[in-house]
Amino acid sequence: MAVTHPLTGTVAELIWLVPLLPFLGFLINGVFSLSTAYLPGPLDPSQDPTSGHSGHTGEFAAVQATHHGHRHRWERATTIIGPAVVILSFLLAAAIAVTMIGAGSEAPFIQRYSTWMPAGTLQVEWAFQLDHLSMVMVLIITGIGSLIHLFSIGYMREDPGYARYFAYLNLFVVFMLALVLGANYPVIFVGWEGVGLCSYLLIGFWFSDSNNADAGKKAFIVNRVGDFGFLIAMFLLWSNLGALDFAGVAAKAATFPVGSGVITAICLFLFLGCAGKSAQMPLYIWLPDAMAGPTPVSALIHAATMVTAGVYLIARSSFLFALSPTASLTVVIVGGVTAIFAASIALKQWDIKKVLAYSTVSQLGYMFVGVGAGAYTAGVFHLVTHAFFKALLFLGSGSIIHAMHEAYHEGHAHHEDAQDMRNMGGLRHAMPWTWACMWVATLAIAGVPVFAGFFSKDEILGELFERAHGSTLANAHWLGIPGSAILYVFYGLGLVTAFMTAIYMTRMMIYTFHGESRTDPKARPHLREAPWIMTGPLAVLAVLSAAGGWLNLPEWFTEALPVGRGELLHHWLEPVVGPATVALTGAEPHTASSAEFALAAVAAACALGGILVAYLVLKPGKLTSASSSPEAHGVARMLEKKYFVDEVIHTLLVSPVIRVSRTLLWRGIDVGLIDGLMVNGSATVARGIAWVGARVQSGLVGNYAWAIALGVLGLVAVMTFG
Amino acid sequence: MHGLLASLQYGRWALPALLLIPLIGAGLIRFFGRSALPGQELQAAAWREVRVLALATFVAEAVVALGLWWWVDPDVAGYQAKLDYPWITDWGARFTIGVDGLSTVMILLTTLLMPLAVIGSWSVVTTKIRSYYSLLLLLTTGVIGVFVSLDLILFYVFWELMLIPMYFIIGIWGGRDRLQASLRYFIFTMLGSLLMLVAIVAVWMAAGETTFSVDALRAGNMSMSSQRWLFGAFFLAFAIKSAVFPFHTWLPDAQHEAPTTTAVALAVKVGAYGIVRFAMPLFPAAALDDGVRTIIIGLGVVGIVYGALVALVQPDFKKLVSYSSISHVGFIILGLFALSPQSVAGAMLVMVNTGVTSSAMMCALGMMHERRKTGRIENFGGIARVVPMMATLMTLIALSGIGLPGTNGFIGEFLVLLGSYTAYPIATVVAATGVVLGAVYALWAIQRVIFNPLDNPENRALKDLNARELGVLGTFAIVILWIGVAPGAVLHRLQGPATRFVTAISAGADRAPAAP
Repeated sequence: MAVTHPLTGTVAELIWLVPLLPFLGFLINGVFSLSTAYLPGPLDPSQDPTSGHSGHTGEFAAVQATHHGHRHRWERATTIIGPAVVILSFLLAAAIAVTMIGAGSEAPFIQRYSTWMPAGTLQVEWAFQLDHLSMVMVLIITGIGSLIHLFSIGYMREDPGYARYFAYLNLFVVFMLALVLGANYPVIFVGWEGVGLCSYLLIGFWFSDSNNADAGKKAFIVNRVGDFGFLIAMFLLWSNLGALDFAGVAAKAATFPVGSGVITAICLFLFLGCAGKSAQMPLYIWLPDAMAGPTPVSALIHAATMVTAGVYLIARSSFLFALSPTASLTVVIVGGVTAIFAASIALKQWDIKKVLAYSTVSQLGYMFVGVGAGAYTAGVFHLVTHAFFKALLFLGSGSIIHAMHEAYHEGHAHHEDAQDMRNMGGLRHAMPWTWACMWVATLAIAGVPVFAGFFSKDEILGELFERAHGSTLANAHWLGIPGSAILYVFYGLGLVTAFMTAIYMTRMMIYTFHGESRTDPKARPHLREAPWIMTGPLAVLAVLSAAGGWLNLPEWFTEALPVGRGELLHHWLEPVVGPATVALTGAEPHTASSAEFALAAVAAACALGGILVAYLVLKPGKLTSASSSPEAHGVARMLEKKYFVDEVIHTLLVSPVIRVSRTLLWRGIDVGLIDGLMVNGSATVARGIAWVGARVQSGLVGNYAWAIALGVLGLVAVMTFG
Repeated sequence: MHGLLASLQYGRWALPALLLIPLIGAGLIRFFGRSALPGQELQAAAWREVRVLALATFVAEAVVALGLWWWVDPDVAGYQAKLDYPWITDWGARFTIGVDGLSTVMILLTTLLMPLAVIGSWSVVTTKIRSYYSLLLLLTTGVIGVFVSLDLILFYVFWELMLIPMYFIIGIWGGRDRLQASLRYFIFTMLGSLLMLVAIVAVWMAAGETTFSVDALRAGNMSMSSQRWLFGAFFLAFAIKSAVFPFHTWLPDAQHEAPTTTAVALAVKVGAYGIVRFAMPLFPAAALDDGVRTIIIGLGVVGIVYGALVALVQPDFKKLVSYSSISHVGFIILGLFALSPQSVAGAMLVMVNTGVTSSAMMCALGMMHERRKTGRIENFGGIARVVPMMATLMTLIALSGIGLPGTNGFIGEFLVLLGSYTAYPIATVVAATGVVLGAVYALWAIQRVIFNPLDNPENRALKDLNARELGVLGTFAIVILWIGVAPGAVLHRLQGPATRFVTAISAGADRAPAAP
């Protein structure tokens, strides 16, 4: 580039410092952790006579079983360093964002640091790309990340693995930043697998319970199935386009026609990667299990940031997806089906974190519907608002779980499942802050007007409806089905999902905060609000969940009310995803504001209707605790057991692979065929020859004479007749 | 650095020194080291002398080898630090040695691994200690000899020289099933070696019985069918040595029984090196014959999946690591025979990586074996609580084995697959499933050893790494991350040879006569 980029010489050149700061935090906390962490004794359930299998389940089981208040030796230093590095990163990122707004640049600001993989014509660089899309993600990661780091102080302080926790969390932020800042697919892949590693380590953070270790392993392996797709996509890119960096790929892709088979294949393999990381069908199965990790981890990794990486990747690769209506429609279909499927499971979960987990899967489905339909801005907008309200919901549930555990412990009560909503109820009296904040988030996720989620979800559904007629996508076909039909169907399913979302969220709120308390009476008086270090982040997120919609208000809203300019995010992301959006929609088909308003009204009606239905059906006064609840039957049981998907996979995939590997491959081919038959067989043959040889070499001169005579005869015969 | 080496006339003595230093060390240990003495203290002192002497030899070897890093210019075609003397004049066999970028990297790998392994298993061997270290040094000369030989007879001598010490080491200092393991090792490798010897003689005769020089024999004119047979003989010998499926079954037993240092030496990919240096350049037309290529790539790809699946169900951690190397060898085969500049460079890097990573894991497992006298996975669990440093480093090594980006494993596998895709898309896709299966076996094993409840009382008193062990595993960790983050220095040394290899093989295959 001959022209100097407007960001050259500004604070934006310090972008490398944004991931470096958390990396330093990781190193320091890692050293703290290795010098002291998880020594045997205090954490060891079997050394504590009061524990064993007395019903300590869920989070804190290990911690509760031990000296309460046993703190890590480096607790103070960790408390300062762990969050501080992320907060500093956020401040720097904010400064860069302000500079970017001022500079008004359109082209991406690419910083090359060194050559990573030089191999002939392939030259992969360590390079960062700062543009409008990655800036949004960096702000979310460091901003929400900072809040969650602060919350973690209150949540994890008593844990003997405190330093290790912050080391992992810092490292996660590093990789997540690499993921969004990478200027080529391989660097993104470093972040992509790196966050997977941190997720693995944090899900299995309390690894002494093999369920947690299992969940971490499952997450990593299922993600690797997705990563396999990501790898193949990169091979296809290299093989057909000869480039792996975004600028190079975009330039080459422009020479391919719309509907090109190669581009479709690349997009579909990339989407396999996205489905793994962002928990879409059929690879969503790891995310509910991932709730085994500490709750702030669920908030940061499994709600706000990592799981949205797939949405980010599609927005980032919009120049590819714009060339493939088939792949884009596939994204809509998978996202839409996942959204409604996961929402249905969320309707019957009892574990508060499981409700939120399936809700996350469902909301990610919405985002994919958005980016699949070419509404990249809408998808990213929902990603942002979802980061606000889902982080808040998870942190709120963490606050509840924390309170429940403390209460069970202090009240010397029998430990019931502290995450089962049937054991809660009436918590609004003890935890008013958490209650208020979570209601804000619930209204936001349900899509009640003027809360953040309303605008973002409405924009996805509205654009879907708009594109269902006359756009490039609508005119395309997916396995013979017209795109138009697909978009209309998924608009309808999107509304149904919104209705279900409102139901399961209201159900969760009623079960936890309303009605009478169903907690063990001994523990009940000890239930109390979390300390300010935990409620503070909740309050900030509540403000964002309520007002986050201002980031991208629709025009009908700004026209009706004096609330400032609309479509801020739309204009902001225009340089990155604008061309692709236009390519998929045809010309910009702008629906009249009145029609948009009507669509929004329908969406709002679904949300309010869902809340109302949940309230009427559940009757807060008549709920029962876990121990006195009857077994579910029929459809309810099906939903409660998550359609038995895990069981089916285990029976059809996991056990057969292990059985075949053990009996057929190892014992059969390796030990039996190759070693037994061929190697030992040849040894037996050799021994046989040796036996004959030994008999021959008898040392008796007579035998030798016979042999010589026979040999001579043989030779003579050969020479005569041969 | 180059100037300093030049002033020392490094190029003239470096390679002979590398061959002689271990022999001198072995001689010193054998004839001057004190034998068994009465009294424990004297005995221990004598042992320490032997170990120090052996270590000093290995360190001297490594220091001399390190010069090659700066001395050898990988962009220059042809061999460097070359020496050429007449040897068996009647046959035309000459004492020709020299190195290029690839042999430099392989020599450095070997010479740096050995002292690490010796330190890492400092006091494991306690019987016939003088013979043990003498044989180990002899083995090192054999391995270095293979990497520097440019004459087939010379190469064959060193090739067989590796076999003998290894056989005795496994048979004498091995574990419970050492005799079975050493016999199997011997039968397998001997079979390959003998076939290769026949092939060497056949090539020599076809070329007019005047020379064994690798360079001169390249242009050998032979019918396609005999080329195919001779290539097959060479390939078989090397495939056995590098444990390519289905010639791999000796490796898990041998590595399981062998003492750590020897298990490390077994991990060095001499077999794969032989394919690059001898088998393919000697018979380019046969190597690129469609049928041959399909079969061999098929073996490689099946090996990747097969090795991973069998690794999954191993009850013993060392055997699991062996099967994982068998899986990794598949990547080497795929990369070499896909024959693109990226895939070949990647395959060469995988050779280095399996050396580093599986040696690192063998060292870690050796340390664990010293503590608990068992390597069975079921005897462990939850040990991250008692040995956090060992757990952290083992996890890192395991992640390098499954190719996590940021570790060495990723670079090699990525380049192999990326470079192979254009020519062999289906094989590459199947090979890429190894990425998933690798995660399955590695993480499952890691979980059962270092995570889960600490429920075996014998593991409660496990001691974490001491300074010596931390130094060894820490060095491995640094290498793993260094190659993962900044592989440029290593790749630069491999890319020249890789690109020239691709050009030479493709050109050679074009020149070859059609089958009669």
